[in-house]
Parts: sequence; structure tokens; C-alpha cells
Amino acid sequence: MSNKIRIATTSLAGCFGCHMSFLDIDERLTKFAEIVEFDRSPLTDIEHCGECDIGLIEGGVCNSENVHVLREFRRKCKILVAVGACAINGGVPALRNFIPLEECLGESYLDGIGVENPQIPGDVELPLLLDKVRPVHEIVKIDYFMPGCPPSGDVFWKVLTDLLEGREPSLPYDLIHYD
Amino acid sequence: MTKSFTLDGRIIPFEDGETIIEAAAAAGVYIPHLCHHPDYTPHGSCKLCSVKVNGRICSACTFPAEEDQEIVSESGEINADRKRITQMLFVEGNHLCPGCEKSGNCQLQAVAYHLNMVDNHFPHFFAKRELDASHPDVLIDHNRCIFCELCVRASREKDGKNVFDIGGRGINKRLIVNAPTGLLKDSDLEVTDEAAHICPTGAILIKRTGYLIPIGQRQFDQQPIDKVSLTTGQGGHEQ
Repeated sequence: MSNKIRIATTSLAGCFGCHMSFLDIDERLTKFAEIVEFDRSPLTDIEHCGECDIGLIEGGVCNSENVHVLREFRRKCKILVAVGACAINGGVPALRNFIPLEECLGESYLDGIGVENPQIPGDVELPLLLDKVRPVHEIVKIDYFMPGCPPSGDVFWKVLTDLLEGREPSLPYDLIHYD
Repeated sequence: MTKSFTLDGRIIPFEDGETIIEAAAAAGVYIPHLCHHPDYTPHGSCKLCSVKVNGRICSACTFPAEEDQEIVSESGEINADRKRITQMLFVEGNHLCPGCEKSGNCQLQAVAYHLNMVDNHFPHFFAKRELDASHPDVLIDHNRCIFCELCVRASREKDGKNVFDIGGRGINKRLIVNAPTGLLKDSDLEVTDEAAHICPTGAILIKRTGYLIPIGQRQFDQQPIDKVSLTTGQGGHEQ
């Protein structure tokens, strides 16, 4: 094992936009790669978290698998950061919270435009949907937050460099955006 | 001799009959607020303008300025309370900024930015609230109403119409429309009314104008609310 800081990332009920924005730290990525190593992440394809220093959670919690993943991250990561609007308040996926789940499934798989062979997916391997999409802080303790849809590359850089250099992360006014 | 009080150690002059927030604004000092608007009767409901007057918490928008008051506004303790209040407003309604056309021009959001609020802290209610899109020019999205009653006051005090009120209690409280059907299209509201433009959040919107200014170039993207408020005399002006 190297002495590098280990970071795990995941996208729960998100769109991967926050992960894309993470890559917007651009050439600073090379500097970053000198001191950190990625553990479980869509960027590495590692399936389960090892012991990590920092976990970044994109997206809210919409199904049972999201709950398991989030709890694994909490168990394995010393510091957990909620990344983006969906992780913080459910975001756009939470718009379904105002429609009964049965109606949502019906619209997607039974009555929607262009649906062929209508049936609601019921394979046992599929995670069950929760009745509502939940922000991550309602499931596990979250240490820090990066607001934004998505948070800009500069927000990632500020919060991560604060953490890596042993400071309490804080965002100046111009980096706080909810849109 | 001019009468004065001290606000965070600064001497603020006032005239008889002025509230603390009015005197502070006149002296160029911003006190966070949402339900307050200098043109309307004070309401005192949002509690964001809470300050300590001689050690006691009061709403600066309703409390009269008096000689020799010692007022604390910008303390860590009071700003922490203000942040909690703002977080409660966010979880009580459904404030999903990325999908709201008021984002960037929204005073609720701007006050949250000002208070360095990066999360909502509390569990979300995800309350089911209705949308009234019946009016040809004006839309009500009840998800974003914070019950500040600025539209109620504007309709009564400026438009002379009495279009809005707050009905119900507690969790069932909601903005109601003065029409037999309860729908905006059957009320006296016109798009030119002050009440249609006063909403500090995205609850009352003018149709077909939401994206005239792109996200990122809007009022509070350019300037924080404490600066905007002092130059416009209110929370912000509509764009």
C-alpha cells in the first residue's frame, strides 16, 4: 500500500454530472494524482471500498442498493462529502416524490408513449425503489457538503485541497451556488 | 440632537417611528431579511432579521428604534440561528434550485448564500404542494411559498385588490386566492400588479420571462444580497 490519500467516489441517484465536473479541475488533476489514489469509483471500476480517507457521494438515495452503497462508504471512509444538489436535497430525481411510486412505474413501463411489451420490471436482482428519493444526510452522517448542480471544478479543488492540507473546508461566496 | 442606537458597536442615527431595520438600512447596514420590504407594513414572520436588543432577541423589521439600544446583529450566534431558520424554510417547502427559473434572482437562495449555507441540515418534508398555472400570465408554484405575505400586502396596500391571503394552520397553511374557484385565472390579478412581482422566491412567476437572463448572469450571481439590498432599498428588484 502506498502512502497516498485514498479517495472513493460514487454516483447514487445522480447523473454523473458531478463526476464530470470533478474532471473540470483540468491540469490540476496531474498535481492531484501525485498525492491521491482512487479506491472504489466509476473511474477505477473497483467494486467495493477499501479503507479510505475521503468518500465523495454524488446523487440522492432512490433505491435499496443506494442505501447499501452509502452505508459502505460511511463505514470505510473517514470523511464523507455530499457532492451536488441531488446528494444534498434529492435534486431533480426528488421531483418524483410528489407522485405515487405506482404511478411513476406505470408511466415508465406500462402506459408511457412508445412502451412495447408493457411490464413493470420485477427481477429479484433489481434493487427495490424507495417511496421517496432522499438526501444522503438523512441516511448517514455527512461531514462536508459541496453545493451546486454541478459544483464547479473550483469547488472540488477548494474542498479537496482544504481537506488534504488539513484545513476545515470552507467555500467563499462566489463558489456557493445551488444551480 | 439626533437620536441614535448602537448596532454591532456602530452608532446608528434614527428618527422617531423608524424600526431598527429601517434605521440600519438608511445608515448602509444590511440586516438579513425576507418578509420585510420598505414599502409595506412590517410583518415580522420570517425571523431572519432577528437581532439582540439589549440582550433580548427581537425582529429588527418590527421593533421600534429607541435611544441607547445596544443591538447585536452580525454575531456568530445570531448568524447560526439565521442559517437554521433558512434551512427550515428550505426543508418545509420544496426548493429544488436547479429546476427553478427564479434561481439566481431568488432572495431565499441569496440569503442562504449570504449565510454560507451549504446544506439543509434537517430531514426534508417533501410536502405535496399544488401548482396553479391557470392564469394566462402569472403562475403560482406553492412548493416555493414561504408565507412571507408580501403578495398579500402588495395586493392590498398597493394594488387595492385583496387577491391573496394565507389560509389553514400549521403544516396545512397555504397561500389562497380570492376567487370562487380558488384559481388565479378567476381572480382580479393582472400581470401589471405589484403583487405579481413582489415574491422573494419562485412561488409567483411571470410566464414566458423566466429565462430571459441566463443562469449565471443573474442578480445574485453578480452581487451578494447585502450589496443589492442596500442599493435597491429592498431584498432585490425583479429582473
